[in-house]
Amino acid sequence: MAPILEIQTLFKNYGSTEILKDINIAIEPGDFLVLVGPSGCGKSTLLNCIAGLEPITGGSLHIGGKDMTHVSPKDRDIAMVFQSYALYPTMSVAKNITFGMKVRGVDAATQDRKLAEVANQLQIEPLLQRRPGQLSGGQRQRVAMGRALVRDPKLFLFDEPLSNLDAKLRVEMRSEIKKLHQTLGATMVYVTHDQIEAMTLATKIVVMKGGVIQQIGTPAEIYNTPANLFVADFMGSPAMNLIPAKVMQNGGGARIEISRGQGGPIVLHDPKAEGLPEDVILGLRPEDIAEAGFRAGEGVQEAECLVDMVEPAGADTYVVSELGGKQITARMHAETSASAGSSLTFAFDLNKVSYFAPETGDRLN
Amino acid sequence: MMADLSLNQSASEANFGKIALRWLLYALLGLFALYYLLPLFVMVTTSLKSLEEIRTGSLVTLPREVTFDAWKTAWSGACTGIQCEGLRPYFWNSVLLAVPAVFLSTLIGALNGYVVAQWKFKGANLIFSLMLFGCFIPFQVVLLPMARMLGLMGIAGTIPGLIFVHVIYGIGFTTLFFRNYYVTIPSELVKAAKVDGANFFRIFWSIFLPLSLPIIVVTVIWQFTQIWNDFLFGVSFSQAGTQPITVALNNIVNSTTGVKEYNVDMAAAIIAALPTLFVYVVAGKYFIRGLTAGSVKG
Ligand SMILES: Nc1ncnc2c1ncn2[C@@H]1O[C@H](COP(=O)(O)OP(=O)(O)OP(=O)(O)O)[C@@H](O)[C@H]1O
Ligand SMILES: [Mg+2]
Repeated sequence: MAPILEIQTLFKNYGSTEILKDINIAIEPGDFLVLVGPSGCGKSTLLNCIAGLEPITGGSLHIGGKDMTHVSPKDRDIAMVFQSYALYPTMSVAKNITFGMKVRGVDAATQDRKLAEVANQLQIEPLLQRRPGQLSGGQRQRVAMGRALVRDPKLFLFDEPLSNLDAKLRVEMRSEIKKLHQTLGATMVYVTHDQIEAMTLATKIVVMKGGVIQQIGTPAEIYNTPANLFVADFMGSPAMNLIPAKVMQNGGGARIEISRGQGGPIVLHDPKAEGLPEDVILGLRPEDIAEAGFRAGEGVQEAECLVDMVEPAGADTYVVSELGGKQITARMHAETSASAGSSLTFAFDLNKVSYFAPETGDRLN
Repeated sequence: MMADLSLNQSASEANFGKIALRWLLYALLGLFALYYLLPLFVMVTTSLKSLEEIRTGSLVTLPREVTFDAWKTAWSGACTGIQCEGLRPYFWNSVLLAVPAVFLSTLIGALNGYVVAQWKFKGANLIFSLMLFGCFIPFQVVLLPMARMLGLMGIAGTIPGLIFVHVIYGIGFTTLFFRNYYVTIPSELVKAAKVDGANFFRIFWSIFLPLSLPIIVVTVIWQFTQIWNDFLFGVSFSQAGTQPITVALNNIVNSTTGVKEYNVDMAAAIIAALPTLFVYVVAGKYFIRGLTAGSVKG
């Protein structure tokens, strides 16, 4: 099927500052694309460009197979939910939701029917006659969703719709949005700087930094094979351990040496490291470092390390040690015998290891 | 127990101090109010006295005999030069002048403010600065060029001519008021409406105007007071039949024929001031609200 949204070599400048550089994205029907990145990286700007609220400096933009590069927002067949919700303050909830249809000259009967549908779907029937000022944050969020849903567009755009909600409500609304996506089968572009939101909602994640796309992929791809140090560090909590290491080639594989706080370096063997340059950054997620005896199999290797800190976190306990001059975190089971100041044998699961070049940050394997 | 008592005592002392301070404050405020009200009192009482009584009595006594003759004369009989029709025709001149001029300058100011605040274009800031500059040009400077302008347009000496002058001169202020109000409205509102399919005027009409009551009131009061009380433009750009009330009032007070009718002068002055007073009383509370209105809570 043709992509619903296709962005080709999009550039966006404000005056002489480049905000977005060479953006290329394609979204299939039914995709849930999440744009994620640190504050100020251009996520909202990109969303505004897709919506047609900001003119683009270069490149092209197709929605539903049609060239929309110079088409005004109202003709792009999109609906958008804003970070501040942007509800019309003097209109009732019902009027807020039907305003778009009214402007487009949809007849009153259809308006009423669609309003009833959406109100039912979002369970906001009792609120319809209220003003936005008389609603709670979560209710406003629903109304903003309702205003988008009622339009039945080709593409939904969400700009951090949950960032104004408290933690509990955010989790609730997150699963509601996910459900909505599944029942509607709609195509969505969703901006967030919360990487957990990105992982749980997306079928496809775009990681951005400084107006440049760092990686596009499924949540699993982004999580397991980050394209560079930035993505590796940004996605996942606690973050991936990024440990400076030396690779020694020795014929049938490679030795990897990691300096330790005390004593000689740790030596690991990984055939995947063959052919890598001498200096690398080794990336291993906290859950890929376990207590010896709790993880076994091919690619799992053990080494003794000094435990610096033990942080119980309910179901897991995070054990902190120092390797390669960096603090590393291992995710261990709650009843671990680790205690601060004593040494413990760690099991490193090298099946999911990533190697990065220290200078460029690019992935090597 | 002792400590308790002394505590109570000092508390009541503090209380007493507070009350005393409060009364002092009221007394002071009362004094100020009196000071401001005294001229009005003199005007009202004088306007209700006969000429005879004014000559013989003191300025601050109440009228022995209340008479509305002076008011009648001021309204429909006093002489402004050779004509003796009172203020009535000029009052209507001022109404015909002020109402459209206030309406137009407010409307244009609202549109300008909306554009400058929410539809930024290249040079928007420059244009706004120039408009602000317009607020600070002294009236006297524009008199000659404006007279020439009105002549060229063929509306010199007419009420539409005066309306034109006041609208032009008012736009700077009205634009400033509306612009400052509209920049506090989140721009995402405009974006949302654009996505919903609304155009420039629809967004103004359906979203911005309904939000604007406080600032409209402020602007209307400001403009109405300015235009109604204006003397310089009125005297410069009007002819015999089109003079506004301020000019007529001046003519009544300054016409030198016969004895000085203080009661008529006072009555005329009050009549001339009544409409602005009325506007303040009716819309005053919105005025304060509008001046302090901050951001719009979604
Ligand atoms: N109108 C503008 N003029 C100039 N620069 C702008 C304008 N709007 C945004 N920028 C700049 O563009 C960059 C990207 O802004 P954008 O709002 O897209 O960031 P974001 O990724 O959405 O951040 P956040 O997560 O904080 O919302 C920022 O550096 C910002 O300063
Ligand atoms: Mg943003």
